[in-house]
Amino acid sequence: MDALLFMIFAAIAVVCAVNLVVQTHPISSALSLVGVMGALAALYLLLGGEFIAAAQLVVYAGAIMVLFIFVIMLLNAGTENKGRRSWAKYAGVPLMLVFLGLIACGVAQQLPASGNVVFGEFKGGTALDIGRALFTTYLLPFEVTSILILIAILGAIVLARKEID
Amino acid sequence: MNFFILSIVKAAVVAFVLLTALAYLQWLERKVLAHIQLRIGPRRVGPHGLLQPLADVIKLITKEDMMPSHVDKVFWFMAPFIAVLFALIPIAVIPFGADVSIPAFSVGSLHFPAIKTAMQLTDINIGVLFILGISGLGVYGVALAGWSSNNKYSLLGGLRSSAQMISYELPMALAIAAPLLLLNTLSFREIVAGQAGYSLGFIPRWTIFQGPFPQIISFIVFMIAAFAETNRVPFDLPEAENELVAGFHTEYGSMKFAAFFMAEYANMVTVSCVATLLFLGGWHPPFPAAFGSGYLPSLILAGAGILSFLHGANPARPMDRFTLPVFGVVFFGLAGLLLVPAVAAPVMPIVWFSAKACVILFVYIWVRGTLPRFRYDQLMHFAWTFLFPVAIINLFITGLLVALS
Repeated sequence: MDALLFMIFAAIAVVCAVNLVVQTHPISSALSLVGVMGALAALYLLLGGEFIAAAQLVVYAGAIMVLFIFVIMLLNAGTENKGRRSWAKYAGVPLMLVFLGLIACGVAQQLPASGNVVFGEFKGGTALDIGRALFTTYLLPFEVTSILILIAILGAIVLARKEID
Repeated sequence: MNFFILSIVKAAVVAFVLLTALAYLQWLERKVLAHIQLRIGPRRVGPHGLLQPLADVIKLITKEDMMPSHVDKVFWFMAPFIAVLFALIPIAVIPFGADVSIPAFSVGSLHFPAIKTAMQLTDINIGVLFILGISGLGVYGVALAGWSSNNKYSLLGGLRSSAQMISYELPMALAIAAPLLLLNTLSFREIVAGQAGYSLGFIPRWTIFQGPFPQIISFIVFMIAAFAETNRVPFDLPEAENELVAGFHTEYGSMKFAAFFMAEYANMVTVSCVATLLFLGGWHPPFPAAFGSGYLPSLILAGAGILSFLHGANPARPMDRFTLPVFGVVFFGLAGLLLVPAVAAPVMPIVWFSAKACVILFVYIWVRGTLPRFRYDQLMHFAWTFLFPVAIINLFITGLLVALS
């Protein structure tokens, strides 16, 4: 049952990801990305990361992608104009395969081999566990990231202000 | 196997009750609005218009389903489905009452084993986050409908709704976070269990009364944000009819229009249920059973029955002489039924839960009959410069007091 669900959601994620690249209209691409996010959330849930799954849904699918779509709608972006770079059509797929192979090679060499993933084995995914980890073990990285994001927000406001004045 | 059958039966019951409730919520809204405006409201179809929802549904189904020629076909078709899908899913994690147990029984040669089940489709550890996440996805339906209709009014409606939902989701999430600090859980069953009992013997330990910091501010912020999230008056700018025709659903007709309508009412029901569970103690009665809280619903129903008989005796309209006494008998029957211990034990929690949810739904309608609409800049200004800071300060104080106590 778990393996079946995994296959279904993995297939949805891959199909949506391919669709994201293939589609020419920005809204179609953005919605495909939402599909990828949703499928990833389901995969996290299958692996036992329930809080991560909910956060993925609330933050990425619910907030960030809505903003993307909002901006696309506001600018009324039209269909993407594909240039005449015909070499990209033929060289793209082989290059991508080579690139993926290199990454797979690097990962296999760098990381130690581990056993198979077993569904339902991981128990540390509840909100309680995540909260504990964030505010004890990883307190400093967490706070540093928060400040980084705050600086980025302030920067965005300052840049936007300049344009208005 | 037992689990599957039970789940299918529960899903069927919940879906049937929810869809009927949505249809009658609309009847209720028309009636209450009419009486606020000193009109009578629908009363042609059935006694007191009680069959009006059925007539509306038949009308909407049999209408021609037109597709305008200038729309983006795929997204235009998808949008109502997205809207109604993400509006109906959240009901799956909402508990309506305490556990019920059905003893083993047999009908003819069929034997049914004893069942103990929760009045809920499924209880998940992250129930609150699940509802936040799923209802956050509902905005895609509205935004896509507005964009794909390829029409300036629809586009403006869709844009307004996206901006409004993004803005008000923040204070709503912060307002939800505060009572969760008191209760220490994300599962709805545990949330309700954490509000059981009474402090000082009579004040219910609902989060709006619970120490160390009563969540009244959270409740008000949540309700305001919820009005905005569900696109209701005074925040119904996405479909402001005097500026945008009908906003994002201008180009939709027939069942596709009904889908948006259903989504709006389903969202209202979800929000009312969540407010009841998080702030108003779920299915716990407002005062202890020792003071007779078990008799209160019967008393109210009996009062309604007496009122019906009185009005039936002095009818304002000719038909009332026959219809109102029938309603009176029904009310008295329900009142009597709730006094039977075997019925009261499993049904009372549901009565209290739906009573609280219905009060909130009534406030929705009441506000619609009372307040004018915000202007768009006022709406944004209100969210970011008032509601959001208030929610943050409230969360800080709650966190501080919970940490100290």
